[in-house]
Amino acid sequence: MSVYSIEEILETVRMIQAQHLDIRTVTMGISLRGCVSPDIDTMRDNIYETITTRAGRLVSEAKAVEEKFGIPIVNKRIAVTPIGNLLDTPLAGASEREAIEGAVGVAKTLDAAAKKLNIDFIGGYSALVHKGFTVGESILINSIPEALTSTDRVCSSINVATTKSGINMDAVLLMGQVIRKTAARDPVGCAKLVVFANAPPDNPFMAGAFHGDGEPETVINVGISGPGVVRAVLSQMDDADLGKLSETIKRTAFKITRMGELVGREMAGRLDVEFGIVDLSLAPTPAEGDSVANILEVMGLERCGTHGTTAALALLTDAVKKGGAMATSYTGGLSGAFIPVSEDAGMVDALRVGAIGIDKLEAMTSVCSVGLDMIVVPGDTPPETISAIIADECAIGMVNAKTTGVRIIPAGKEGEYVEFGGLLGGSPVMGLNKFSSAKFVRRGGRIPAPIQSFKN
Amino acid sequence: MQKAKERAVITVNGIDHPGIIAAITKALADLNVNIEDLSQTIVQGLFTMILIADITDHDLARLQEKMAAVGREQGVQITVQHEDIFKYMHRV
Repeated sequence: MSVYSIEEILETVRMIQAQHLDIRTVTMGISLRGCVSPDIDTMRDNIYETITTRAGRLVSEAKAVEEKFGIPIVNKRIAVTPIGNLLDTPLAGASEREAIEGAVGVAKTLDAAAKKLNIDFIGGYSALVHKGFTVGESILINSIPEALTSTDRVCSSINVATTKSGINMDAVLLMGQVIRKTAARDPVGCAKLVVFANAPPDNPFMAGAFHGDGEPETVINVGISGPGVVRAVLSQMDDADLGKLSETIKRTAFKITRMGELVGREMAGRLDVEFGIVDLSLAPTPAEGDSVANILEVMGLERCGTHGTTAALALLTDAVKKGGAMATSYTGGLSGAFIPVSEDAGMVDALRVGAIGIDKLEAMTSVCSVGLDMIVVPGDTPPETISAIIADECAIGMVNAKTTGVRIIPAGKEGEYVEFGGLLGGSPVMGLNKFSSAKFVRRGGRIPAPIQSFKN
Repeated sequence: MQKAKERAVITVNGIDHPGIIAAITKALADLNVNIEDLSQTIVQGLFTMILIADITDHDLARLQEKMAAVGREQGVQITVQHEDIFKYMHRV
């Protein structure tokens, strides 16, 4: 072949057809700031109109791009301005019940817009409360249990800590209760809710996507995938040392990320909106072989979770970033490696055989891109224990100036298997430390920002 | 100004038998699509062919439909992708 070698062409085709390479998501960020109105019904109409107009061609253009390049785009998503910012004007004077109903109404409007557009998820039922709550943000947080269990495609994220401002422990305490209340209505609601430290404003992945401050009116962000490709390449390298593994992961991450860059630019051009970022994260799915845990095992660990797992994950995450950074003009979002439990068949296997538990997962989150993700814990876990788990993750994120998150689902009894279906997968219920953290988290207040935040 | 040239990469995989190349090249000729490069080999016992076709002023979707029909008729898998995916992945 004069232009490309046969090997190059077959490599690309093989990555897509046999190794699950796909574009995980094309996410359109939409500002809803122009939708605010003192009348909640008018605001809901404005929101519906804005979303359905700006994203009217999102799904059809994504389909056209899939066909043009022969690469699947698994999810089409939308991220909007954190709804907590919009609720003050229409709901500040309302009674508690009216305020909750008003907020849930907005969630239903987002859901209706998502269904009209035939997109998979809409994120941004969110609030950033790392230093404190506005009236609108309090309303939003209190409405989460009802909002997430009376809608199908709406995702919610609450930022409770940043490196710059510390941890809002009142918000952490509240979120433990919100998660339990949501689970009591329907545990799947908790799969659509993430509690963050240092939430990025341009993350295309759910449940944490929202259209943050500093973003333009409309933007296209892309999340890639590809754990299967990395695993397949590493499985040919039984005798290589770790430096060579890192080099190979970098090369592979480069190729995967280029697909994100190509698809992002093409989508932004077709929709005539700005191209934002490519999120470099390796995102697993429950499909056999499409697993981050399996990559760590191919590197030489008998099971993901055993001693050495944190080191292996650190190498993987770093190599993915280095390879990906060269491949795209703008990186953003979470960018690293995801380690969700229920969404990764290798993680579920490791949990089943007792190779991994909450403590090791927590350690791993200090070197990966997100946090304790899609973890199923006993349904009767005290809210304060959930809050304490969130506080631990926030501390890791705050001190290391990185994003961390908690997406935790109280359901069933320890050892039982809970199935969510689709990309969410299923998982055994994980045991937690039985000793109480209640007195600590109930103290409330703020954990001050660490000394490393003083950079000015 | 001359329009930028656009190309598609056509990948064919399947069990070798007489007439595969004839069927594909005839379908391309019927659509008036020019083949710029062609390479055929056996990979892991399977017939593998790669064609690079000029699709400037052609409808990629229509070409994909036609190739899918030929693939079904010949019992081989035919993938038609815009050249850019290979350019992005393998060229800096």
